[in-house]
Amino acid sequence: MMSVSTQDTAIRTGRVTRALIYLVLLLFGLFYLLPLYVMVVNSVKPLDEITGGGMMNLPRVFTLEPWAKAWSSAQIGVDPTGLQPYFWNSIKMVVPAVAISTVLGALNGYVLTKWRFRGDTILFGLMLFACFIPFQIVLIPMARMLGLMGLAGTTWGLVLVHVVYGIGFTTLYFRNYYAVFPTELIRAAQIDGAGFFQIFWRILLPSSGPIAVVSIIWQFTNIWNDFLFGASFAGADSQPMTVALNNLVQSSTGVKEYNVHFAGAILAALPTLLVYIVAGRYFVRGLMAGSVKG
Amino acid sequence: MGFLDIDNTTKSYGAVEVLHKVDISVEEGEFLVLVGPSGCGKSTLLNMIAGLEDITSGEIRIKDQVMNGVHPSKRNIAMVFQSYALYPNMTVGQNITFGLEMHGVPKPEREKAMHEVASLLQIEQLLDRKPGALSGGQRQRVAMGRALVRNPDVFLFDEPLSNLDAKLRVDMRTEIKKLHQKLGTTIVYVTHDQIEAMTLSTRIAVMYGGYVQQLGTPQEIYDTPANIFVATFMGSPAMNVVPATVAVENGVPMAVVELHDGSRARLPFSQQNLAAWEGREIMLGIRPETITDEDAADRKSTNIAQMVNRIVVTEPAGSDTFVTMTLGGKDVIARMRSDADVRPGADFTFAVNMEKAVAFDPATEMRILP
Amino acid sequence: MAHTADADFKTRLQNLLPKLVLSPSLAMVLVFVYGFIIFSVYLSFTDSRLLPSFGWVGWENYSKLWRLSHWEISLRNMGVFAALYISICTVLGLGLAIFLDQKIRAEGMIRTIYLYPMALSFIVTGTAWKWFLDPGIGLENVLQTWGWESFRFDWIKNRDYAIYTVVLAAVWQTSGFVMAMFLAGLRGIDNEILKAAQMDGASNWNLYRRIIIPQLRPAFLSAFVILSHLAIKTFDLVIALTGGGPGRATELPATFMYSYTFSRNQMGIGAASATIMLMTIAAIMIPYLYAELREKK
Repeated sequence: MMSVSTQDTAIRTGRVTRALIYLVLLLFGLFYLLPLYVMVVNSVKPLDEITGGGMMNLPRVFTLEPWAKAWSSAQIGVDPTGLQPYFWNSIKMVVPAVAISTVLGALNGYVLTKWRFRGDTILFGLMLFACFIPFQIVLIPMARMLGLMGLAGTTWGLVLVHVVYGIGFTTLYFRNYYAVFPTELIRAAQIDGAGFFQIFWRILLPSSGPIAVVSIIWQFTNIWNDFLFGASFAGADSQPMTVALNNLVQSSTGVKEYNVHFAGAILAALPTLLVYIVAGRYFVRGLMAGSVKG
Repeated sequence: MGFLDIDNTTKSYGAVEVLHKVDISVEEGEFLVLVGPSGCGKSTLLNMIAGLEDITSGEIRIKDQVMNGVHPSKRNIAMVFQSYALYPNMTVGQNITFGLEMHGVPKPEREKAMHEVASLLQIEQLLDRKPGALSGGQRQRVAMGRALVRNPDVFLFDEPLSNLDAKLRVDMRTEIKKLHQKLGTTIVYVTHDQIEAMTLSTRIAVMYGGYVQQLGTPQEIYDTPANIFVATFMGSPAMNVVPATVAVENGVPMAVVELHDGSRARLPFSQQNLAAWEGREIMLGIRPETITDEDAADRKSTNIAQMVNRIVVTEPAGSDTFVTMTLGGKDVIARMRSDADVRPGADFTFAVNMEKAVAFDPATEMRILP
Repeated sequence: MAHTADADFKTRLQNLLPKLVLSPSLAMVLVFVYGFIIFSVYLSFTDSRLLPSFGWVGWENYSKLWRLSHWEISLRNMGVFAALYISICTVLGLGLAIFLDQKIRAEGMIRTIYLYPMALSFIVTGTAWKWFLDPGIGLENVLQTWGWESFRFDWIKNRDYAIYTVVLAAVWQTSGFVMAMFLAGLRGIDNEILKAAQMDGASNWNLYRRIIIPQLRPAFLSAFVILSHLAIKTFDLVIALTGGGPGRATELPATFMYSYTFSRNQMGIGAASATIMLMTIAAIMIPYLYAELREKK
């Protein structure tokens, strides 16, 4: 993985070339930071500073009022509740969905690498392909199924949906990780008399820390950021943060409070952004494992 | 019935049979080594004894109990793995006692057994460490401790020394041999290293291509190899096998071999029945150490033949000097004393101990039996 | 392990456990993914409107779909969007990766900055860019206030150019990820090959053109597959950034499916469009996954 490797393909370059390289890298750095800057500075200034052409300026008057409003009193849909209840909706949905999909992924990865059977690769391929389908193809039957199961419009319905369409990736992570875990250890434990779950619990799990972090972060980010399922299946009191943010920004009534929109956007971005800052290494590892061979 | 019986056992993956009718009976206290190049089926056979791979046909019995389908942990066996397979998250002590814990042995007994084994292997000071903090030799000892503590009927070793450096490997080899002599346990040991096989075993099964090529004591395997594969696989440098024709002079069968200049040497066989091969081609097998200078020839041998041939290369190795010559159109190595007066390009009179020579049928590659 | 006659019950249970443990996940995937796919494909041949109904109409939904100008626009937009998005991300990702691989100081920090957009929701990205590109308050207004009176930048409100703002926001979000993929590829190249090429007198340009970039083939392939599947699935970003407008200028198949199924009550046509999306992704993903899984054996 890239973070531990020291090999680079550096070429011998002159001073001018190097200065140019740094300049380009710096300019792109600014490009990537630009929207974040816009969101942050405009979330702490009064509305008239924005409408007056000062979007790129630092605030003249610093105020946290847009944040307070976005959190607790902005009009979302019909009620002036702010994003607060939707934030908790997201939490209530994300925590169980992440936990369940990670546990299932770990067990699946264990079975698919250490208890191999005929056709296991095909089964895994089926699970993996499920991650990449355009989810439009399952929206209609899923809506019906959730209705039949009595889960329509509920947080648990969303949990189910996210578990189903997340286990492909969690299985992939654990499978790739356990594939390089020495099989001799499993055999030694078998001879020592440990059973299926004992081997998993006592031998594999204690060594699974890093990949569990990868899986948890990936699932957390993905589920928190999901919009399609939230917009399709959530009810009035289970809507996640992303859907609420979109409602806030798209609402056509009244004055557009851009500063509140930006504050709301940051609120929606904050959990995943924090996770990224604290454990970015694991996030990148998860991203890469989903594309190139882990 | 032996202590461990491998009875007409085969192994197939789908339609491919990778192990063909293996029949070995191991007595209690025996040290059986399965040796062969990689892919010969030796590890598969070991895993079948362990219960880690199932048996396609035939039976494996331990103490007359059929083991087919019995879970590995219920066979009363223990195994030492090539990578040692120490549980990385447990201390040495926990590693050693994990098997006992899984079998429901109470803690005080586990502790007692652990300390006994640790003192036997002199690893008491390591008990609280994690495997990651151990050297290769120490890991090896812990792996053996984990096997010993179970007091099993049969010990299985899967190339246990191949991850150690050369010196440590020799030390541990001695250690294992001492342990076997002291405890008198029954051991099945897999290796690709023929020296390990020779030094450790009471019996060797040489395997190749899924067949047991020969089963016998180290001396039998070395002196009377069943075929060309066994002859060249066991021994280092390998046995020289060169084409020769059989001639008979005064009733004595002779191997006629071509020398470097196209002239022929005539080497008398001790094995009389080779006279029947008169005029036919054979493959002549001569071990390097049976080609020497005249002074170093085996005095007990009754059949030393002389042969003048040109030296191509000399390779001093300290205790011996290896000399390469051309014989029968092939490179042949002789193992000389280090003070032998040998120079590349010179003609030299070699003494060949033909008492030890063997002959193979070139068609079947099997040794022509006396 | 085989079920031999003399295996005891516990051993047999142990042998069965792995499959038992796998089965809930497998059942979920079979029902919720493959079962649902079959159901949706079936619906695309029925007269479903507001609710699923099972009157068989054959290919009617598909022929209707292909006659809809709305669908045609969505496809045309998809073509423009996917071509630009994939090529710009690839070029940018490769370029930045090569630059970043020149023993750059603060590489870790730069990487962190380039990649953070991947951690954000498309709704957040869409909101930020929506207002930044808005001519009334965003870039145009700012530059005019700063004195550049004639400056015009109203792409997001312009039918002919709005799709390019979607490209811009999408590139902003994913190009750092593509950079990371190429960087990993670059780091995987054997340094000694490069030393040998330099000994052979290869110029920097030739070093990259002839030696390094050809060795990045797997990274190119992965980038293409990932980017094309993301392109086809693009939905949230359009909803947040432009809502498909102005007019239908930024409608994509994903938004088309959503509005036909849930707002216009044309479920049969929606299902038909979803089926076409699935087939397109399958045509790209299945050979890729097949090759990846085969190699791993």
